Amino acid sequence: MKEASLDRLKAFLTLLPSIILVAVFVYGFIGNTIWISMTDWGGSGALAFDPQKNFIGLDNYVDLFTGFLSGGFRQDLVNAVYYSLMLLAGAIGLGMFIAILLDQKPKGEDILRTIFLYPMSLSFIVSGTIWRWLLAPQGGVNVLPTYLGFDALDFQWTASTKAILEFNWQNIVQILFYIAAFILIMVGLFVLKGDPQKAVKRWLGPGVVLGGFAWLGGSLLPQALFMEEMHGFNLATLGIIIATVWQYAGYTMALYLAGFNGISQDLRDAAMLDGASNTDYYRHVAIPMLKPITISAVIILSHISLKMFDIIFAMTGPDNAQTGHPALNMYMTTFRANDFARGAAIAIVLFLVAGTFIVPYVISQYKQRRRG
Amino acid sequence: MNTTQKSGITPGSIMLYGSLFVLALFFLMPAYMAIVTALKDPATISLPTAWEWPEEINWSSFPEAFGLLKSNIASSLILTVCATALSTVLGSLNGYVFSKWKFKGSELIFTLFLFGMFIPYQVILIPLFQTLRAMNLYGGLPGLILAHVVYGLPITSLIFRNFYAQIPTALVESARLDGAGFFSIYTKIVFPLSIPGFVVTSLWQITQIWNEFLWGICLTRHEDNPITVGLAQLAGGQAVSWNLPMAGSIMAAFPVLMIYIFLGRYFIRGLLAGSVKE
Repeated sequence: MKEASLDRLKAFLTLLPSIILVAVFVYGFIGNTIWISMTDWGGSGALAFDPQKNFIGLDNYVDLFTGFLSGGFRQDLVNAVYYSLMLLAGAIGLGMFIAILLDQKPKGEDILRTIFLYPMSLSFIVSGTIWRWLLAPQGGVNVLPTYLGFDALDFQWTASTKAILEFNWQNIVQILFYIAAFILIMVGLFVLKGDPQKAVKRWLGPGVVLGGFAWLGGSLLPQALFMEEMHGFNLATLGIIIATVWQYAGYTMALYLAGFNGISQDLRDAAMLDGASNTDYYRHVAIPMLKPITISAVIILSHISLKMFDIIFAMTGPDNAQTGHPALNMYMTTFRANDFARGAAIAIVLFLVAGTFIVPYVISQYKQRRRG
Repeated sequence: MNTTQKSGITPGSIMLYGSLFVLALFFLMPAYMAIVTALKDPATISLPTAWEWPEEINWSSFPEAFGLLKSNIASSLILTVCATALSTVLGSLNGYVFSKWKFKGSELIFTLFLFGMFIPYQVILIPLFQTLRAMNLYGGLPGLILAHVVYGLPITSLIFRNFYAQIPTALVESARLDGAGFFSIYTKIVFPLSIPGFVVTSLWQITQIWNEFLWGICLTRHEDNPITVGLAQLAGGQAVSWNLPMAGSIMAAFPVLMIYIFLGRYFIRGLLAGSVKE
């Protein structure tokens, strides 16, 4: 008995150095960054060993979202939302499609799998460098149609300055209300069949109220800026999104293939005997069964899209206004402009956005482990 | 099984193979472009003819790019070997404790570890920069190795924990009844069974560390820049002739691509371990 407890102590002591390292380097550092973001650390003396730091509360955050000169950051934030949504749609859609094709067991399946997955092993800098050359406006992808007898494309890719779906940042509060109302109503309609009462009470009702309020009382809501500032989906980001989808579609493919292989042949045969077509099988049996895999893919890809630093750096450089991302803005603000406090505030914004989907995910994993 | 496969050429199988062919072209297109451009004489590279195979193959871009990236490649080799070895060994010990010596709160600690895997690294960058400066490790490889080891702990511990979960606990229990202690169980039973675990984890770490860019550019000085930073600088210049960046890309991709092609099975296991838990 005594030896057993000694062993347990040894086990704990083996783990201890790692616990300390993670505690300091992850949690301690996050706390430190939060503190830095509430100071005015920056400017000419910023790199001194004991730089001057004064507590200024949330001023850095207020400035990022409503400051006259912070329009660049706000466009970066809008870009980040589009990067995330498009990467999710693109990589999950394409990855799932390829996985379904390969699940038909075509000849040469092994080679094909290798072809679809190899971009995963590359550095973002390597793929970004190659895609920059592929998307050169007078060459690369744009001249491909000429080989089939069509005219060359004239899209400027990463040099494009066009934007679509523009909105005025002044109305951001109202727009957020609309988005929240839209999500509530969509969830409500989704739940409606199963539990109409709950759907109306929990989702549809609040959604309609919120949307109606934003519509009728929009002028009562505070305006984020004193002047008009337009932001939208910059078409220059499209090339970067395609390159990222190219790199990560194979990853979701691998996830879904592993999932499809895990579904028993009996189940598939049973579905087919019931008269299900191939399409029915995937739509109603296989893909719903792989919901945990879809959730994993969404989490991992959103997390990657928030870190899209390397590939943008390689494709357009770190300071391109059209294709910017908060991750790059943080780097430029901190290490080029020496404005550490502001850089820390941008990092915390990124962290909070990431946290909204990672914390629930990690907690659900924890609960699963405790149950299992 | 599938009906299209049995009955030869059907509209279904034409669709299937047609789609796969188009997709394969899309995925191989950048690799082809990198190779043709790297094999051209810089004077013959022009935008309208970018896709055409070079009339005369010119290998000299590779030695030239290697000359420019030599010190970066050396830095990356040292960095990758040291950081992979350390984080893998620590991960193995942690995984052993997390799966075979659970104690009160160990699951919670493991969860807190996992969280460290998912943070955007910008959020720890400024304190990391300050700490390395204070420790006199800023700018060189030891600081970068430290960063990779610490932030590699979550994923290496995770892969080993899941790997050791497959070793029957009864095996460990009976060794304990025979009087074996914490370390002798590890060296005599667990470690000999973990070779595949070491392969999966170290391949994963090698690819991650070799490909990493953010810390490389923020935490090292010019002379110790890893390969990704060197390549970004080579490609980022204004008057760039594209043969060198392409040759550099191929060289930077080579080691990880070889791992992937020849040890792909293990690489994919690492990939899946990072997302589909248990």
